Amino acid sequence: MTAQALKVEDLSFSYATKKALNNVSFSVAAGECTILLGQNGAGKSTLFSLITRLYDTRAGKIELCGFDVKQQTRLALAKLGVVFQQTTLDLDLTVTQNLRYHAALHGMSRKAANLRIAEELERLNMLERRNEKVRQLNGGHKRRVEIARALLHQPALLLLDEPTVGLDMPSRQAIVEHVHKLASEHQLAVLWATHLIDEVYPEDRLLMLHKGEIKAKGTISDVLQITETDNIGAAFKQIAKETVL
Amino acid sequence: MSLLHFLRAMWGIVGRELWRFIQQKERFISALVRPLIWLFVFAAGFRNTLGMAIAPPYETYILYEVYITPGLIGMIQLFNGMQSSLTMVYDREMGSMRILLVSPLPRWFLLICKLIAGTAVSILQVYVFLGIAWFYDIQAPLQGYLLILPALILDGLMLGALGLLLSSFIRQLENFAGVMNFVIFPLFFMSTALYPLWKIQESSALLHNLASYNPFSQGVELIRFALYGQFNQQAFIYTLAAFIIFMIAAIIGYTPSKGMMTRKGGD
Repeated sequence: MTAQALKVEDLSFSYATKKALNNVSFSVAAGECTILLGQNGAGKSTLFSLITRLYDTRAGKIELCGFDVKQQTRLALAKLGVVFQQTTLDLDLTVTQNLRYHAALHGMSRKAANLRIAEELERLNMLERRNEKVRQLNGGHKRRVEIARALLHQPALLLLDEPTVGLDMPSRQAIVEHVHKLASEHQLAVLWATHLIDEVYPEDRLLMLHKGEIKAKGTISDVLQITETDNIGAAFKQIAKETVL
Repeated sequence: MSLLHFLRAMWGIVGRELWRFIQQKERFISALVRPLIWLFVFAAGFRNTLGMAIAPPYETYILYEVYITPGLIGMIQLFNGMQSSLTMVYDREMGSMRILLVSPLPRWFLLICKLIAGTAVSILQVYVFLGIAWFYDIQAPLQGYLLILPALILDGLMLGALGLLLSSFIRQLENFAGVMNFVIFPLFFMSTALYPLWKIQESSALLHNLASYNPFSQGVELIRFALYGQFNQQAFIYTLAAFIIFMIAAIIGYTPSKGMMTRKGGD
């Protein structure tokens, strides 16, 4: 049996009068890269805010490695690495200082933190830039630092909320490739929110979210079958169209 | 979750704030310039207008500059508490607070760490201010400089907790101007920072009541007495109670299931 890193069951959420998520259920297993496809306003960011416990889960259940996010918050969050859509680095601190801060929040000793920082930066070809202030880095490099940071405490699940927005093509490709490699080689579970279909790899699983509801999920062929289309782009359009009709 | 984890996280948060403060020289200078202008310009100008009767903790007639020094210390801590609040709102708008909130630590602990960090920064500013005031001939008994430390810690925590509470209600950075008008100014001017209670009573009974119940006044009095080696029990209990109330309210404000976080719809 495959271990489920993330399990979401019957999740619903509303802002005052607007329903943002409606009965959302899915799971992400270790070593699996799941792409959460949805247009702006589909509910991707709300879903991420609920998984990371920035918002309270009122209806439904979220489990991270078997820990209920609402009841066992700290145990659950310890298993989670996140890259948010907006940069969350401190621009006036160096790369290493930013990473050490994160390591401290996860209770890592200075020695363990230094070791992990060197490992992750090396893997992303950023080690030689570790003493530079984040302000001096370009968008792609900042993203790399954020990915390194999310992985410092060796989480079981990596959440990425549109991490390639605003990046040039080579930077985007490098990040997409790196994350897919992490899933396959390190058995990391990945949930990647995007609206860019060229970030999907053939072996990925898909979750198509539209207006707060999951319209299709499974492997690429499952989704194409459900939507009766022959490519992801068409499936994506089909789902948006169906709801309009 | 071990004690070591908590200590490392606390050091991480406090160390980061101190480092940022040291790096931001403009912030340091502007934090000092404000009370120094009050001391060198305002107090000097009013020296002859506002006569001071002998009242505890002072044992002789004092100059107006001497009287307002504890008030200006309170001002430093008040502005610092509000600055921390501003930083929280900014961090929330910019997203960097998320990294703190998704760490595997209880929210109350994270807020207390932020509070300790802010208080440490304000104490640093106060001692530099007192150092400058010393050369301006405003000198308290030497032991006062040590005895003032616990008062500064409590006052800093109380005003920082008020800042945290406000930050849980403020949706956007733009709304912060309101804090200036509706919180900082009333707290500061309706207090014993600039004039003693008996003097306020002479002009308005209502103002006198407001000033005596103002927690900022009590914090200032705690500092004033401590600086002259005396313990003001009433001020201590009042400041401590205000700290506890503000802190509990701030923690509720930041709890996902109870507070403002969900209702904001942003962060």
